[in-house]
Amino acid sequence: MNIYVLMKRTFDTEEKITIANGKINEDGAEFIINPYDEYAIEEAIQVRDAQGGEVTVVSVGNEETEKQLRTALAMGADKAVLINIEDDVEDGDQFTTAKILAEYLKDKEADLILGGNVAIDGGSGQVGPRVAEQLGMPYVTTITKLEINGTTATITRDVEGDSEVIETSLPVLVTAQQGLNEPRYPSLPGIMKAKKKPLDELELDDLDLDEDDVEAKTKTIEIYLPPQKEAGKVLQGELADQVKELVNLLHTEAKVV
Amino acid sequence: MARKVLVLGEARDGQLRNVSFEAIAAAKTVAEGGEVVGVLIGESVNSLGNDLYQYGADKVVAVEDAKLSQYTPDGYSQALMAVIEQENPEGIIFGHTSLGKDLAPKIASKLGSGLISDAVAVEEAGGNLVFTRPIYSGKAFEKKIVTDGLVFATIRPNNIAPLEKDAGKSGEVSTVSAEIKDLRTIIKDVVRKATEGVDLSEAKVVVAGGRGVKSEEGFEPLKELADVLGGAVGASRGACDADYCDYSLQIGQTGKVVTPDLYIAAGISGAIQHLAGMSNSKVIVAINKDSEANIFKVADYGIVGDLFEVIPMLTEEFKKLKVNA
Ligand SMILES: Cc1cc2nc3c(=O)[nH]c(=O)nc-3n(C[C@H](O)[C@H](O)[C@H](O)COP(=O)(O)OP(=O)(O)OC[C@H]3O[C@@H](n4cnc5c(N)ncnc54)[C@H](O)[C@@H]3O)c2cc1C
Ligand SMILES: Cc1cc2nc3c(=O)[nH]c(=O)nc-3n(C[C@H](O)[C@H](O)[C@H](O)COP(=O)(O)OP(=O)(O)OC[C@H]3O[C@@H](n4cnc5c(N)ncnc54)[C@H](O)[C@@H]3O)c2cc1C
Repeated sequence: MNIYVLMKRTFDTEEKITIANGKINEDGAEFIINPYDEYAIEEAIQVRDAQGGEVTVVSVGNEETEKQLRTALAMGADKAVLINIEDDVEDGDQFTTAKILAEYLKDKEADLILGGNVAIDGGSGQVGPRVAEQLGMPYVTTITKLEINGTTATITRDVEGDSEVIETSLPVLVTAQQGLNEPRYPSLPGIMKAKKKPLDELELDDLDLDEDDVEAKTKTIEIYLPPQKEAGKVLQGELADQVKELVNLLHTEAKVV
Repeated sequence: MARKVLVLGEARDGQLRNVSFEAIAAAKTVAEGGEVVGVLIGESVNSLGNDLYQYGADKVVAVEDAKLSQYTPDGYSQALMAVIEQENPEGIIFGHTSLGKDLAPKIASKLGSGLISDAVAVEEAGGNLVFTRPIYSGKAFEKKIVTDGLVFATIRPNNIAPLEKDAGKSGEVSTVSAEIKDLRTIIKDVVRKATEGVDLSEAKVVVAGGRGVKSEEGFEPLKELADVLGGAVGASRGACDADYCDYSLQIGQTGKVVTPDLYIAAGISGAIQHLAGMSNSKVIVAINKDSEANIFKVADYGIVGDLFEVIPMLTEEFKKLKVNA
């Protein structure tokens, strides 16, 4: 099995977020593998262990992304590819990222491609389906179970809490939802081994793309933090009075009931 | 600039979802005086046309085929591409629902177009259509514009108000023919878990319980409160993982995103992944034993106390309010 995982390096949104010069301030911020991509990596490793083959983790990013790719290798992926666009592209959107990934993947004869269902920072959920479409591959999003039998895949997907059982044939692209598996932590030997595993770096040129081919179709014109909520009112006094006060506030002040 | 804008009317259990009406309102803004075309896709959907007219569509088209009885990316995209070919729109709006999230990027990719996902507002400003969307798990917002091609967006349910319903309106539904074939993903089974009653992602009041609810029975008082308020019950991941309730109730990054007028969080600590699904609610009430719980940071009103005492008392007070009203 020739397995690829799409991995995004993301800002850890559990951290405090501030804005500097109209952008999210990344100084000193913590970066992680997008949590949904961890499920994708874990699933890829499990499929490989069961079926044989190779797992390659691909990321469009910059030099810093190497760190998260090494972590994926330490978890057990076999190879990593960094498509470094830092010097070539200034503003990208989901069209940009998907186009680059699809261009890289088009001659790889992947049997299975896994990604996350959404990136916790950008949050669009577009990249997986876009890549599949460009590769002419079927896709199944927000999956919670994957079974492969020969060239048939039986997949359970989460649809707003309902589950759908879907059958399709390989090659297919799937995006991971929480519940798919429990991602492993890299082991110490895993970390040692990862240092020696191949991590290739490519640029747009290597994919025969130039800046115009991947020019974004949308543009961010402003980033802002939601207006600081005034500290909420924590009610005081006897519980029964608090409850009465709350109902009264919701009715007369907030006017929501 | 007047645009022709398509809106996908999304049906569930034979009825259009509210978000489709909200999408018509968004489409009106995007159309800037142009025509808003409602699109119905399914096995037998023509009868839903009047609802789209009543909420502001100028025209309604439908693609009907037995193979469209359930959503599949291949089937729906073939249907929609046939409509796009015929109508040649300059804008498209879907709801940011499970279906919209799955389908929109495929269509955008087919059209080589941009796509602004999960918008909570759209306005015309300085000659641009400006979309607002949450980023960083809802901790920040961005404003986005389209710089090339189609104005294509999905909108988050419960954020853009639908236009007032004009019950007197009705109109023709014209059929678009499309060949639906070669579906590569086959739905073998659907396990419905979502409870009947008020649709969680569209409810005006949500009463949500967390691990603090402690058991399946613990959800009963929350249900009673939700009933009195005409709302829906939701839950945190903690409660779902502990088997107190079904995952279909989960609110957050992995679950449903809700924006009700009133969100009551009981026994929920307020992890960022939970906040990502509810922090944009208009008014948030937190009930938690622990005065330091993170949920109080986003709450408008808080009661520090035992939810099993507070919730039944609240239910009684609201009942009194309803009687007096
Ligand atoms: C050159 C460049 C400049 C950019 N500049 C900006 C900017 O100024 N402002 C801004 O907000 N964003 C910028 N971006 C980021 C971009 O807009 C999106 O963040 C990116 O396209 C992914 O979209 P998303 O975050 O919505 O991911 P989603 O579509 O939600 O991600 C879903 C899944 O797709 C896969 N995926 C997503 N991104 C990648 C990736 N990079 N590599 C591999 N797999 C991936 C992962 O599996 C992920 O779980 C830039 C991107 C590029 C390439
Ligand atoms: C990738 C990823 C995605 C996730 N997605 C989601 C998601 O979509 N939604 C989600 O909710 N979580 C999600 N989580 C999990 C999230 O991080 C938290 O673990 C979860 O929200 C905690 O649930 P909780 O608040 O119910 O439980 P806890 O954190 O255990 O909080 C229980 C609270 O109940 C209070 N309490 C206890 N007893 C009482 C009582 N009698 N009366 C009043 N208060 C009481 C306690 O003080 C405590 O604050 C995700 C995590 C990851 C890693």
